[in-house]
Amino acid sequence: MQKPIATLRSATGIPTGRLAIWWVIASEIVIFGGLLASYIMHRIGHPEWGGYAAHTNTVAGAFNTLVLLSSSLSAVLAHQAAEGGDGPKAARLLRLTVLGGAIFLCVKGLEWTHEIREGFTLTANGFWTFYYTAAGLHGLHVLAGMIILLFVAADAQRNRELQRVELIGIYWHFVDIVWIFLFPLLYIAK
Amino acid sequence: MFESLIPRVSTFASDIDGLIILIAVLVGFWFLVAQGVFFWSLFRFRHRDGQRARYITGEEPSEKRWITIPHALVLVCDVFIVVGAIRVWVEVKQTLPPPDATVRVIAQQWAWTFIDPGQDGKLDTSDDIRTVDEMHIQVGSLYHYKLLSRDVVHSFSIPSFRLKHDAIPGREIIGWFKATKTGVYDIQCNEICGIGHGIMGARLYIESKDEHDAWLRKMSAAQTPRSQ
Amino acid sequence: MAEPASALAHEKPHAAAHAAHDEGFVKKYLLSTDHKIIAMQYLFTGMLMALIGGYFAYGFRMQLAFPGAHVPGYGVVSPAQYLMLVTNHGTIMIFWVAMPVLIAAFGNYLIPLMIGCDDMVFPRLNRLSYQLFLLSALILIASFFVPNGAFSGAWTAYPPLSANAAYNLTPWGASLWLIAVALEFVAFLLGGINFVTTVMNSRAPGMTAMRIPMVVWMIVIASILFMASVGPLVAGAVLLLFDQLLHTHIYDPAHGGDPLLWQHLFWFFGHPEVYVVLLPAMGIVAEVITVFSRKKLFAYKTILYTAIATGVISFFVWAHHQFVAGIDPRMANIFTVTTLIISVPIAEMIFVYLATLVGGSIRFTTPMLWGLGFIFAFLIGGVTGIFLGSSGSDIYFHDTYFVVAHFHYTFFPIAFIGSFAGITYWFPKMFGRMMNETLGKIHFWGTIIPVNLIFLPLFMAGLAGDHRRIYSYMNFPDSARPMLQNLRITATVALIVLLAFQLVFLYNFITSLFRGRKADVNPWRANTLEWTAASPPPHGNFVEMPAVYRGPYEYSAPGRDDDFWPQNIPA
Repeated sequence: MQKPIATLRSATGIPTGRLAIWWVIASEIVIFGGLLASYIMHRIGHPEWGGYAAHTNTVAGAFNTLVLLSSSLSAVLAHQAAEGGDGPKAARLLRLTVLGGAIFLCVKGLEWTHEIREGFTLTANGFWTFYYTAAGLHGLHVLAGMIILLFVAADAQRNRELQRVELIGIYWHFVDIVWIFLFPLLYIAK
Repeated sequence: MFESLIPRVSTFASDIDGLIILIAVLVGFWFLVAQGVFFWSLFRFRHRDGQRARYITGEEPSEKRWITIPHALVLVCDVFIVVGAIRVWVEVKQTLPPPDATVRVIAQQWAWTFIDPGQDGKLDTSDDIRTVDEMHIQVGSLYHYKLLSRDVVHSFSIPSFRLKHDAIPGREIIGWFKATKTGVYDIQCNEICGIGHGIMGARLYIESKDEHDAWLRKMSAAQTPRSQ
Repeated sequence: MAEPASALAHEKPHAAAHAAHDEGFVKKYLLSTDHKIIAMQYLFTGMLMALIGGYFAYGFRMQLAFPGAHVPGYGVVSPAQYLMLVTNHGTIMIFWVAMPVLIAAFGNYLIPLMIGCDDMVFPRLNRLSYQLFLLSALILIASFFVPNGAFSGAWTAYPPLSANAAYNLTPWGASLWLIAVALEFVAFLLGGINFVTTVMNSRAPGMTAMRIPMVVWMIVIASILFMASVGPLVAGAVLLLFDQLLHTHIYDPAHGGDPLLWQHLFWFFGHPEVYVVLLPAMGIVAEVITVFSRKKLFAYKTILYTAIATGVISFFVWAHHQFVAGIDPRMANIFTVTTLIISVPIAEMIFVYLATLVGGSIRFTTPMLWGLGFIFAFLIGGVTGIFLGSSGSDIYFHDTYFVVAHFHYTFFPIAFIGSFAGITYWFPKMFGRMMNETLGKIHFWGTIIPVNLIFLPLFMAGLAGDHRRIYSYMNFPDSARPMLQNLRITATVALIVLLAFQLVFLYNFITSLFRGRKADVNPWRANTLEWTAASPPPHGNFVEMPAVYRGPYEYSAPGRDDDFWPQNIPA
């Protein structure tokens, strides 16, 4: 489909794609912000939740933090490659980012399997409900990001739509930052 | 006018009504001014042959004045309303005068249970009187009500008192009232609570001291002694 | 700035390229990515949902006027069904009528045309937004046919009632309702991407910020307001869905949860939401009153700043819905102050609109009648809000019919009067034909008079203590008085008259579509860019992309013969 003239104009000087991704991130911040604010309000009223939080796997959480940060690094390098016009290189680096996301999700899967076996399920108590909801919502965003990364990588491989490498990178950094908030709130505060 | 629609039977009902009237006067004034200007302009500036509209940007100070002056006056009216509102609110919801009597009000799907402390004046003793969908109180006594819910959110409302508060499960909410006249009035559940919300009315019996004493005696004799 | 027209030199509208393109019905109308078609999809869906919402109002008002009687065209309204009708009437009117018509239909239709470009920035995303919206509507309608019936816990859906099927007795209905609402939120979040990026970036050369038509600004501000307020409720809705389906206990006090959390999340969105729908309606009224009084909009910048101020303050007033809900009583004073503060910019906007009329040359066409009707009726809604925003008086008025009358005096102007103003004004552009003026006026008077006869009696009923969501006042001795029942019957009869006159609109709309007088390019002699495109505009909108040389409201400019001065004519 031929792009409309509307897509190509830029009265603000900022590319439309970048405006769009920032809008998406703003709406996600409000959603996650609301969820985490609700969690924090509950946490303040329930000191015993610190005891429940002690059963989360801080090592796994820390490892996952490192994984995500590294995958954001490869996303930045992918952007650099795209800026330089090297689509195939950007595609390789984007796929590395996807790998990071996959590792993240696998570790999370292992964590949750262990926790569920121990009896810490979604319905165990309020802490665990928030834990699975927040981390689950985040995980869904990781998965969605991975899928989009693959599509952008496929285009970039053929040197097409290279401007999208930066945009999906911004989204991925956001997913990273949400995790940087989740990690202390769910894992460290005990 | 107000009283004929719904009687005032509590000490703070006239304060609340007074606030409503204050708001009605201030807001009514601006309403009439605005609608007046509105209809006048429609008549005065209707299109006629040869008549052309004026070109007014609204950015000149002399033009802006027509907005900023009413704007400031509205703010002044708002201050009066806020002060009036806070005074009434503090009186009804933020002060708890020392009680002459207490009553526990329990809301559930779909009935009201009232626990009167009985002749010993203490709740949770064996002479407590439990009634369903009927609340008996004494005129002129200052009551504390302790409001609870057994299931969903309900709301304890007595229109003739101008009193209302939601009943939240998991909490006990304390408020007060003092009746000024005897009579029988509606109690409503004022928060949607399921399909029986529309049948969750109760009746309030405001009795003179003699009537109320008689009621207490009758109920104490009739009830098997038990805790609430 | 550089000569605007030269900036267009490199753009090639592809309308010509598509001229010979012959698309099938499905591709052209159902799967279109053209913003005008998508706008129509939202408009027709919204109009259909309005019929359903109106039918529900008919059902429950008949029950109130004649309790227990068989309602013609419905049957007997049981207490459970009464609450289903009330719940879904409110939900439908706000989420599936007001929002799609005011924001999605007018926003999609007008924005590219009024800012002088050929479509939205992301046409396929635009199509996806509509498809998600349609899905949400279908899910809601499905909820009417499931075992135990539709959700009946009010549009506010307070837990524990909404969280626990043992309390609400509608397990399927409650969850489908919630999923439908959440999906509608997502659809509008996606739609907002297009509105905001298109207005920011795709404006015609020469269209600076202060030359953007007010309705476009209002839709952008509304989209931002929606996006910034709905997030916490989306999170809360996920948690409520988990409570319903997976038996978690976030809102269950028996297991450490808090029912009030939902209320805060809901109203934190709920209050800005009313401005999300108000602002576009006010934008439409601004367009209409300027064109038909041939007069420049008074203090454009003031309107803009007041709209933004209203939006910002709207985040700080939410707990005026919760004065007696169990919040800390000290908080109530803060929210009284903020709520009274927000009444000031709104009053200011009304003053500015009145100032626009003063000195005009007013033509009472159908669109203008609707625009004026908005001002008249919304003024009543606005002033009655003060009684509710003031905590002391709200103790009495909360959850009475005074509230119902107040919000219908705001919502009816917003959702219906504003929409009728927009539809009757832009119909010639949208469909290339004129609507019948006589039928339009009959419809106007047949709407505006009955609507007052519905809600003025309901103000009285609320004053007399009628509480909300009650299927029959005969169960309450103090409310069962004949004088009060007469008020309720009056409101119901007026509603039936109102509904009957909507048939005039439908007849006018449908016959004008096929047999209306062919419309000129600019039948109203207006300034904004959509009136330079053909009626209706082709795919791509403009044969030559326009450039802009002045603001949108240069009517009756001194020194000109014509009393209008289109934005795209060089100086």
